[in-house]
Amino acid sequence: MNAPLLATPVPASGCDAPPILRERGQREVFCGLTGIMWLHRKIQDAFFLIVGSRTCAHLMQSAAGVMIFAEPRFATAIIEEKDLAGLADANAELDAVVERLLSRRPEIRMLFLVGSCPSEVIKLDLSRAALRLGQRFAPQVRVLSYSGSGIETTFTQGEDACLTALVPTLPAAPAGAEASLLIVGVLADAVEDQFRRLFAAMRITRLAFLPARRAAEMPAIGPNTRYLLVQPFLGETARTLENRGATRLAAPFPLGAEGTTAWLRAAADAFGVADTVFEAAIAAPRERADKALQHSRRALRGRRIFFFPDSQLEIPIARFLSRELEMELVEVGTPYLHKEHLAADLALLPAGVQLSEGQDVDRQLDRCLAAAPDITVCGLGLANPLEARGLTTKWAIELVFTPIQGFEQAGDLAELFARPLNRRAALEV
Amino acid sequence: MQLTVWTYEGPPHVGAMRIATAMTDVHYVLHAPQGDTYADLLFTMIERRGQRPPVTYTTFQARDLGGDTADLFQRAALDAYERFRPSAMLVGASCTGELIQDDPAGLARALGLPIPVIPLELPSYQRKENWGAAETFYQLVRSLAGPHMPAPGTARPARAPGEPARCNILGATALGFRHRDDVRAVKDLLARLGVAVNVVAPWQAGAADIARLGQADFNIVLYPEIAGLAAQWLKRAFGQPTIATVPIGVGATRDFITEVTRLAGVDATEVLADETSRLPWYSRSVDSTYLTAKRVFVFGDATHAIAAARIASDELGFKVVGLGTYSRERARDVREAAARLGLEAMITDDYLEVEAACAELQPELVLGTQMERHIAKRLGIPCAVISAPVHVQDFPARYSPQMGFEGANVIFDAWVHPLMMGLEEHLLGMFRDDFEFNDGAGSSHLGHGAKPVIPGLREAKNPVVASGFAPDGPPRNDSESTDRPIVLSWAPDAELELKKIPFFVRGKARRNTEKFAGERGISPITVETLYDAKAHFGR
Repeated sequence: MNAPLLATPVPASGCDAPPILRERGQREVFCGLTGIMWLHRKIQDAFFLIVGSRTCAHLMQSAAGVMIFAEPRFATAIIEEKDLAGLADANAELDAVVERLLSRRPEIRMLFLVGSCPSEVIKLDLSRAALRLGQRFAPQVRVLSYSGSGIETTFTQGEDACLTALVPTLPAAPAGAEASLLIVGVLADAVEDQFRRLFAAMRITRLAFLPARRAAEMPAIGPNTRYLLVQPFLGETARTLENRGATRLAAPFPLGAEGTTAWLRAAADAFGVADTVFEAAIAAPRERADKALQHSRRALRGRRIFFFPDSQLEIPIARFLSRELEMELVEVGTPYLHKEHLAADLALLPAGVQLSEGQDVDRQLDRCLAAAPDITVCGLGLANPLEARGLTTKWAIELVFTPIQGFEQAGDLAELFARPLNRRAALEV
Repeated sequence: MQLTVWTYEGPPHVGAMRIATAMTDVHYVLHAPQGDTYADLLFTMIERRGQRPPVTYTTFQARDLGGDTADLFQRAALDAYERFRPSAMLVGASCTGELIQDDPAGLARALGLPIPVIPLELPSYQRKENWGAAETFYQLVRSLAGPHMPAPGTARPARAPGEPARCNILGATALGFRHRDDVRAVKDLLARLGVAVNVVAPWQAGAADIARLGQADFNIVLYPEIAGLAAQWLKRAFGQPTIATVPIGVGATRDFITEVTRLAGVDATEVLADETSRLPWYSRSVDSTYLTAKRVFVFGDATHAIAAARIASDELGFKVVGLGTYSRERARDVREAAARLGLEAMITDDYLEVEAACAELQPELVLGTQMERHIAKRLGIPCAVISAPVHVQDFPARYSPQMGFEGANVIFDAWVHPLMMGLEEHLLGMFRDDFEFNDGAGSSHLGHGAKPVIPGLREAKNPVVASGFAPDGPPRNDSESTDRPIVLSWAPDAELELKKIPFFVRGKARRNTEKFAGERGISPITVETLYDAKAHFGR
């Protein structure tokens, strides 16, 4: 469709790096607001107030699929015609909305004002609003702001923006504190608990997770903080953590048995965990993971997979599928490729794999249909149209909403790809 | 600013998408950021469409804003034309696109595309989805049929003798509540009446079909929210009268047939003599006696809410206790319908307000949208869905219209099945102390293990503490108790007597008795109080 700025593959940094096709055209991805779906489940006393349009509210409702919660901990302050007339007005309106909201929800301890496309375009300053409202509702409620707008953030970048807003508010670890490990990125509670047990078995006891489950439990941070990312989309969060002196432990992402082992190994090395202790800690779960993967390997081995860009999880997942399940990578699209954070995963990809960054959805659909992969990972807007063309698809969004990290979830992650193929094979009509 | 949790309608550009997606060869170029592409999944997932909606989003980003977003729009429009070769193009902006004021209309005109390009002005900060659909359809009709408009004052040419009357069926869109099946139901009915269909639009229509709308003798508007505006214009431009009766329900279908008969000059005696609807008989059959005066709460778009109120009251013998709509554009029609039932209509798009009204009115059946289905589920009230906003469940695999006589059959089943069967109700009452067929077992229609949780219908598992209020603490069970500030105590014998009342009316009995006692300062509530209250509130 739209002429891409650079249509020809250009080599990434280094001569061994895979070529990256960079495209710019129509993108078919969610905006960062969608991250609220999992962020509000994670931080249990936080409320997310989108300052946006009816479209934002409609997006949240449609992405949520069903309206399970009578009053969920997110809502939209819909900008109306009268708010567009003058900004002073909009601020007063916002204050009134927040006041009403907090009086209804006394259990809320942390309020995020979440910027949207319209609030960004009209330059409504939510950081100032957060400061103003924060002073007003302190110490009961902490008020923060970030932008989940689609003109600045793509899907999972919303989590990055949220955590970036959180980092400056984290307490400072005392000077000379012992080294501690911080796990950064939203994980399902069950997965978090599994990792806690693994780190305990590795005798790494000074351990915290960001974000914590409650506003008052956010971890302290300082120059002796070593952090491990659980998600590949936390570029800004990492930068902000480093501004506060924390150091990143480089590792592949904890997907699959191999990825999880290497990720844990990075912590073990940094904290001087003895090899025997490390091996003892991971032996049983690693074996379980290997065993669980065997089920799906039969269905997936040698199958060709094509990724449309969605969550930035594509590269570590492609690494997992190619190395642990022997799938063939046709194209691995990602909305944004953070070369530094993904270095370990990129190094494990097979030589010559086609990566693409950004999107021109019509061109990419042409490539996908021409390649006729066995399975295509794509967003919900594309899945049924591709199925109708005879392709087998996997909804990308499920990779974000389902717990997939760690040893115990390796089999589940593989199963997410095996199921559509098994299903297609089972259907006789 | 309006604080919103859930919304009944999307933004107006989603309404425009519903028109474009319903049609076969119209493409919509939307100046919008990437996040707005979520709207595709409404069509591909909820409606299970096998094609992407014919929409190109420019997906401008922050870095484009300082530069040339206008150029981006033009390239997107040009590329969309080249790739999709539509017969007509709609151009417009979403809420964010509107703010950057790039003038999609002018930009698209400047491209000089060899197809009609129809600009849409959909004010996102004032209007909503149905308005957007209506405006889009109107603009399409005006642009494409307008050139064929006769000179003012020209009389419509008379039909040749023997030639059947022709009509247009207007208003069915993508993502509509049963629009697919309603079109078929109405076409079948017209075929039986010997009326020819000129064009169905926008459903599966092409741009060329819109251009020949003027050839029909009259228009049928299925959903006035969507096609009302276009039909008014067609009436002015081509002198085509409109049939505005929406044939949902037996009575409305009969009225509809009468109107068609008048405009088409056909004889409907045969069709009316063989209505093919079982609703009238099923409603009269004795098992339906228990439906009498069932309290129902109706909320939806105006078309479906008005129709549902009429069916509920005139065709099923329910008592409509609440009637409302989120369609502000048609508030007047709903107010009139409510007034006929002695009610004041609820006109709101605030979901929490609807929930509060529903909890307050304590209906025995809710007829609403997917939002009300969730409300009803929480309150433990049976519910049937009658209107958009839609859910994947509202696109059943089978033929399941709302309109015509078959639609009335579908409605009878859909509304009555969530209720208990009359006989079942009696048996439950008779055997309420039976070891396996008791209160706690719940009723089959609410699913296995479901427990009624209507406020006031709270029943403790332990029969000794039957009131739901622990003697020394707050209510044990649930959140509904927050709206019951007065804690009344029940004497043990009154509590036991209450248990003898069948559980499906026990909630009402408890509520009425507590209200009665509260107003008179009676505490504890005794058996006497219980029967005094029964006499006081008795119908």
